[in-house]
Amino acid sequence: MSLSVAVTHRFPGFSLDVAFEAPPGVTALFGRSGSGKTTLVNAVAGLIRPDTARIAVNDTVLHDSAAGVWLAPHKRRIGYVFQEGRLFPHLSVSANLAYGGWFAPRGAVEPGERERVVAMLGLGALLDRRPATLSGGEKQRVAIGRALLSAPRLLLMDEPLAALDDARKAEILPYLERLRDETDIPVLYVSHSVTEVARLATTVVSLSDGRTTRVGSPAEVLADPRAVPTLGIRDAGAMVSAVIRRHADDGLSELDGPGGPLLLPRIAAPEGTRVRVRIHAHDVILAREAPAGISALNVLKVTVAAVRAGEGPGMVVQLDAGGERLLARITRRSARALEIAPGLACYAILKSVAIAPEDIWIASGEETGAS
Amino acid sequence: MPFLSADEWTAVALSLQVSLWATAASLPFGILVALVLARGDFPGKQILNGLVHLPLILPPVVTGYILLVTFGRRGPVGAFLEEQLGIVLAFRWTGAALAAAIMAFPLMVRAIRLAIEAVDPKLEQAAGTLGASRVLVFATVTLPLILPGIIAGAVLAFAKAMGEFGATITFVSNIPGQTQTLPTAIYAFLQVPGGEASALRLVIISVAVAMTALIVSEGVARLVARRIRGT
Repeated sequence: MSLSVAVTHRFPGFSLDVAFEAPPGVTALFGRSGSGKTTLVNAVAGLIRPDTARIAVNDTVLHDSAAGVWLAPHKRRIGYVFQEGRLFPHLSVSANLAYGGWFAPRGAVEPGERERVVAMLGLGALLDRRPATLSGGEKQRVAIGRALLSAPRLLLMDEPLAALDDARKAEILPYLERLRDETDIPVLYVSHSVTEVARLATTVVSLSDGRTTRVGSPAEVLADPRAVPTLGIRDAGAMVSAVIRRHADDGLSELDGPGGPLLLPRIAAPEGTRVRVRIHAHDVILAREAPAGISALNVLKVTVAAVRAGEGPGMVVQLDAGGERLLARITRRSARALEIAPGLACYAILKSVAIAPEDIWIASGEETGAS
Repeated sequence: MPFLSADEWTAVALSLQVSLWATAASLPFGILVALVLARGDFPGKQILNGLVHLPLILPPVVTGYILLVTFGRRGPVGAFLEEQLGIVLAFRWTGAALAAAIMAFPLMVRAIRLAIEAVDPKLEQAAGTLGASRVLVFATVTLPLILPGIIAGAVLAFAKAMGEFGATITFVSNIPGQTQTLPTAIYAFLQVPGGEASALRLVIISVAVAMTALIVSEGVARLVARRIRGT
């Protein structure tokens, strides 16, 4: 286990009691505001001192209240990327990047590391600038580079994209994916965006009211009807993988998806590329019989795996499509009319245009699949 | 210097010496006290704040008198300093520097404290997570960011020290060549017949020094602030 966390802390009116172990890669701490995410990352960073805790990264114990071990924040070597960047205004980008290296143990920052990080984050043209002259997205990239170059044992990212608009988010997400794929530093990533979690996480830890509600891979957690209240019904939706078979002339891409072909808006990737597609639960229509004369292009044969009623008029249906999981959100009335129950074979209908470009991305390290 | 007589020149030089020493020697304490007042949270903080500001409110003659009974050769601190370290402050230029420093201290602390309060503690926290200890955070983040405030505080203190009169004359008297600074020299020249011309020349110098100090400090502080913000 690369990251192991067990923390209890009591505030007036709120208590945090969280424990999880995460393998290497990006561990996403997911939960609504007030679920205890920031308290937890601050405990990992040493910025607050929880009542009891055992926090370890690889073999290094950062805090063990039972054994009386507590490392001061500056001795933890945690690269903390804050929501608002927190670049040093009096230093150039270049000096901001070098800052962590000034205090890292000698030889901890490998030679050539700086050039590699600068290239990976596309910072070459910014080095002589001051933070005041950077855009929000550029600032955040510099902040990530600065954290990386402090030779961290763990990267801590507290909603690093939350302060950015969608265009800037889209600009940074690929850098974060490269970071995950090209370095072996474990990352603890706090977010309440399902898209970010789906794209970046290796492991999802979902928090609710200061408790761990679910730990698992994003595919598992996002396809779990019980996780829907935490994710928010508007954002709920599973993630499937598919391989691009052919780019059609009419602007669509044909993919081999779970349980059948999938037609999606044109994807900018070569044929044979394996992609992940996030399908919002509220975009999926269920039918008992194969529909005819319908404009929606995707009709998948599925089996109902689980049904979960929510508080409102809706319910969430988990579907099995060729071994992968989908979520559909329908009304209780429809569920009753269609007699939806576990084991039922039916059809899931999905409009191609319902899938937004940011919900399709290239699966990491899996270039080929079909050929 | 043809413009000034030897006596007048002595007073000007002594004033510069006293003020520079007063400013330089009190600056580290000024930064420390400003830091404690801006960031510290401890019982008695208001008392410390009050003590620092006291010379601003008390009649200067009272401050001078307190200095005399404390740092005079018979005073508890003065006697100790003379016996143990051989330092005598009373009726020496060093005493004038002490009086000037204490009178200027509130202004210095105030300017630096405001600068410290304007620094975002989140930046210091970020520096900590990047591996800098508290001392190094101060040296590499806080200090550069408050430099304009330090410069402003130092110049203000220097100008105040140049003009200090009441506490100085009470504590160290008005001995030409020893403790006679610009203001006490002006006062002395005004007490003797035919001294108006000398007094006037010193007044002109006083005004020039004060104006120069203010203009230079404004300019330097603005320059440093611009450099720090990087705009």
